[in-house]
Amino acid sequence: MCSSVSVRHALLALLSEGPKYGLQLREEFESRTGEVWPLNVGQVYTTLQRLERDGLVESDGSADEGPQKGFRITGAGADELATWLRTPPDLSAPPRDELVIKVLVAMRLPGTDVHEVIQAHRRYLVELMQQWTRIKEDEASYDVSLALVVDAELFRLDSVIRWLDSADGRLKRAAADQPDQIQPAAGALPRFRRRVGVRR
Amino acid sequence: MSMLELRDVSKIYGHGAAQVTALSEISLTVDAGAMVAVMGPSGSGKSTLLTIAGSLEDPTRGEVRIGGTSLGSMSRNDKARLRRRTVGYVFQDFNLLAGLTAAENVALPLELDGTPARAARAISLEALEKLGLAERAARFPDELSGGERQRVAIARAVVGERRLLLADEPSGALDSVTGEEVMRLLHNACKQGVAAVVVTHDAQLASWADRVVFLRDGRLVDQTAPPRTPESLLTPGPGQ
Repeated sequence: MCSSVSVRHALLALLSEGPKYGLQLREEFESRTGEVWPLNVGQVYTTLQRLERDGLVESDGSADEGPQKGFRITGAGADELATWLRTPPDLSAPPRDELVIKVLVAMRLPGTDVHEVIQAHRRYLVELMQQWTRIKEDEASYDVSLALVVDAELFRLDSVIRWLDSADGRLKRAAADQPDQIQPAAGALPRFRRRVGVRR
Repeated sequence: MSMLELRDVSKIYGHGAAQVTALSEISLTVDAGAMVAVMGPSGSGKSTLLTIAGSLEDPTRGEVRIGGTSLGSMSRNDKARLRRRTVGYVFQDFNLLAGLTAAENVALPLELDGTPARAARAISLEALEKLGLAERAARFPDELSGGERQRVAIARAVVGERRLLLADEPSGALDSVTGEEVMRLLHNACKQGVAAVVVTHDAQLASWADRVVFLRDGRLVDQTAPPRTPESLLTPGPGQ
């Protein structure tokens, strides 16, 4: 699903080409993003209202209300769009990742082979990537936007697999060097947690 | 029809305390027109599987069949003929001969197998043209980019009646866009009926295969399920 922040700025980008009305904005957004993220028309209108409230778009006076009401970007909207394009997203805090937690749990759960758990996830991810690659082979060869979106997804899934591969190797070495970190230690849980500067 | 079959193949190096089991009871079938990717960490036996599948090495136990014929029943000459005619190899370091042009490199296996030079050259140029290298045919390997060299290696691997392609990290030294091009070429060869086995640690490359098998410590531990329709990934569009 596309975040509301991205939709807001995507609408500004489309309006920077010229005045448009709501349904048109939805159709153009979807076709330019390879039809991967369908937009609810209500979300488009709500976003346009907020943009108008914030002075980033204004009505172009073509109609009072209704589906033919046109909008155009304001100067402030153009500035906002330019700033947004060049501002890196906040990647400083790692998200609470379900897969990472599963591996951390598996490494201590009695009777569980953490490598089997890792392989189950690896297989699932590769199967997903096979499907995306089929789409890229069949449809994205003539649709650059779709190819970019599919590539983004492939690289994302690939990065998860690379982490799983790294975890596999690290756990194998640790099992030989530090077995108490992989299997449950006899007695109490560790008494301290090392803070590494991440938000918990 | 299965083009390649490994039945309970094991490969053990050394003896006694120094013994290393590179492969353990591997069974794998690859049909004509299918691409199978083999994934696994370093030391899992991927490259050994490929060399045994390509008759470059004998298994310690088990059987390898190419095109229905068991390698164990073949003489050295028969195996050499098989390697020239039926099996194409694509390796990461390309293995092109520096003193031959692209066209000459591609024609070489055909000429070695007795194809007259002129006919071999015509076949070679046709293959290079299909891979978009017609204008580079007269260049030497050191005049070609990495991607071009790899495409020449693929052309060399598919010319003639090659029915089985064995590729070891075919895109390893290339950027991702060129790597994708290489996988597309290999996949197109499969669409023409060639069977292919691609060894890779790269999941993006492996995802081009119809089936991915996973090796760990010389054993086949897992494989992907047959793919669902890719459209299930795309949510319904407007009006659906």
